[in-house]
Amino acid sequence: MRVVIGQGSCGIATGAKKTAAEFEKQIAEKNISNVTLGVTGCVGTCYLEPIVDVYDDDGKMTRYVKVQPDKVEKIVEEHLMQHQVAEDQAITEEDKEFVGKQQRVVLRNCGVINPENIEDYIAVDGYKAIEKVLTSMKPEEVIEEIKVSGLRGRGGAGFPTWFKWNAAKQSPGNEKYLVCNADEGDPGAFMDRSVLEGDPHSLIEGMIIGGYAMGATQGVIYCRAEYPLAIKRLEIAMAQAREKGFLGKNIFDSGFDFDLRIKAGAGAFVCGEETALIASLEGERGMPRLKPPFPAAKGYWQKPTDINNVETLANVPWIIYNGGAAFGSMGTEKSKGTKVFALAGKIKKGGLVEVPMGLTLRDVIFGIGGGIKNDREFKAVQMGGPSGGCIPAELIDTPVTYEDINKTGAIVGSGGMIVMDEDTCMVDMARYFLNFTRDESCGKCNYCRIGTKRMLEILERITEGEGKDGDIELLEELAGKIKDGSMCGLGQTAPNPVLTTLKYFRNEYEDHIYNKKCTAASCKALISFSINDACKGCTLCARHCPVGAISGKVKEKHVIDQDLCIKCGKCLDTCKFGAIEKK
Amino acid sequence: MSEKGCNCNCAQNRAAEFKDLAPVLEQYAKVPGSLITILQKAQDIYGYLSLDAINYISEETGIKPAKIYGVATFYAQFRLKPVGKYLIMLCQGTACHVNGSEMIEEAICEYLDIKDGETTEDGIFTLNNVACLGCCSLAPVMMIKSVEGDETYGNLTKDSVKQILGEIRERA
Repeated sequence: MRVVIGQGSCGIATGAKKTAAEFEKQIAEKNISNVTLGVTGCVGTCYLEPIVDVYDDDGKMTRYVKVQPDKVEKIVEEHLMQHQVAEDQAITEEDKEFVGKQQRVVLRNCGVINPENIEDYIAVDGYKAIEKVLTSMKPEEVIEEIKVSGLRGRGGAGFPTWFKWNAAKQSPGNEKYLVCNADEGDPGAFMDRSVLEGDPHSLIEGMIIGGYAMGATQGVIYCRAEYPLAIKRLEIAMAQAREKGFLGKNIFDSGFDFDLRIKAGAGAFVCGEETALIASLEGERGMPRLKPPFPAAKGYWQKPTDINNVETLANVPWIIYNGGAAFGSMGTEKSKGTKVFALAGKIKKGGLVEVPMGLTLRDVIFGIGGGIKNDREFKAVQMGGPSGGCIPAELIDTPVTYEDINKTGAIVGSGGMIVMDEDTCMVDMARYFLNFTRDESCGKCNYCRIGTKRMLEILERITEGEGKDGDIELLEELAGKIKDGSMCGLGQTAPNPVLTTLKYFRNEYEDHIYNKKCTAASCKALISFSINDACKGCTLCARHCPVGAISGKVKEKHVIDQDLCIKCGKCLDTCKFGAIEKK
Repeated sequence: MSEKGCNCNCAQNRAAEFKDLAPVLEQYAKVPGSLITILQKAQDIYGYLSLDAINYISEETGIKPAKIYGVATFYAQFRLKPVGKYLIMLCQGTACHVNGSEMIEEAICEYLDIKDGETTEDGIFTLNNVACLGCCSLAPVMMIKSVEGDETYGNLTKDSVKQILGEIRERA
């Protein structure tokens, strides 16, 4: 029997390591033989972590969820010793659907194989695609297969992958580079982390294939330093691939050489832009430069360079092995294949969801994600991070394709979906993103550097209740100028969160400015706390109030002195009778 | 920043002070494009990049101190001030923001009496807001870095964060 414990970053954060230690202890104490303990990556059902899969000798798998250390003993006694499924700990039929409704290409091995063991990857047809490529395909045939698949860049721009590969191939020169952008900088997206941690070999194999197709012999993975576990697992995977001869000289006796190395990023969102990423690889400040020349002509060390995102490259082995047509048969006419979305925010079932493109937002958020946490009202979904926008509830039936999402003013981006409920203030969301882009602007273009700062100041003023007539128009004017006056995608898209919230939630801006009211009761300066008749006079809130703003006799209704109140919300947290109202 | 012409042996003193960094520089000093890697390794060893460390790296690599400073201040990862034994990296990603990371920040600031970027007087904690840790479905999240390793904590509440920090403070 085999016990496999999901140990991606999110699994570990919920205590998977403690769970694993407890299994080890129990198995030793109870002297159980014939049970091995294993590790796997994240299966994507983050809301059920820690997840433990028990494989019986006949291959049958039982999944146990939310396995904190105190639940281990029961599973050990019932399943490992008496061979009975511990039903009350096992995953419910409803939760099984979270994965069951998906169609997994990129995430096919995540949460299934042990990412630290190359044999596991080989056992699921790993490195078969590169064998096929190197023993029976010409580079142009590989590019043609990718073209047939219709694969588009999954990092945000959605540019056809075959086109970039072909451009790098056509570029003159013997020394070419293939760079993988694993600097997943969009806050709210974590599919690349999951692939790096859960299935690093599929990325490595995709890169070897890409290298062969465009004639690059060296690959670099630019991975963000915030992902230490991803870097560790990549290093292990690369060493194993080298040992097996999949990386290095003369792979599969084909005469093709390819090797890889990792460069750890140092934290700069702008490095998602290709030329900035290259500057960073060269040890410089990550500042974009004018294009052309495009990296395909002059990139890393002035050599032809192709840059693809993790998810894009992880698709490649599957496409080559199963054929481009199989991939192209999923999705819509212009947005083919599957896409991974990271569901987070005010969602019931958060995690990674891989579905064919063309499903509607409703299918993803309600069909798979289970709807809104605490059954609140769905207000909007933010897609595309700081370059994207908020899509309102009335557009919930929009199909998730590059074209349809663009029409709303947002973008598919890297696939982050942050779900918001009625408690989320849209002006505050815009402020949040502008604060982010203001911080992350490299400073090269004036409009981006100063313009985002000015927009942020206006938004701060509005959320602090100091908004004035004309602010909305000023925001719109600045937004247009920043878009026109910025050289790279960061500046050109920085105003999007403001523009989309203005488009769909203009009334909230107006409420803040003219009525000094925050509909979502989220902006501190615009809310007030009061005590209603449910108050029992228990004095708890008065004792917890840090500024002594609450007064009242024991067993009598208390009152809050609005002049003294600092709106910290302590009273709301401490009241046991629901007597504190926030408006 | 250069002490050329002085007789105080500062260059030699620095070599002694940064002897742990010598193998790193031996490996990377002459490899083009390695500045960020060198700075990362230096920060791993010393916890931060001191002015002396920058000068030493400059001498060994031939890269001007001003340029090194430029790179070090461009990227969020680099710190120019020492940090506490436990570095709290509080996620301010979108999902964390929507789920109340600002409230968590307030709770930490109040509990430790420091602001973002500051270190507690006893040198135990430093608080840094970071972009996104990629554990979005467990929002709000923080990672605590120390010699014990990196530990991630999810689904934080005002109370749980205080409890976690309290436990660390007790054993520190």
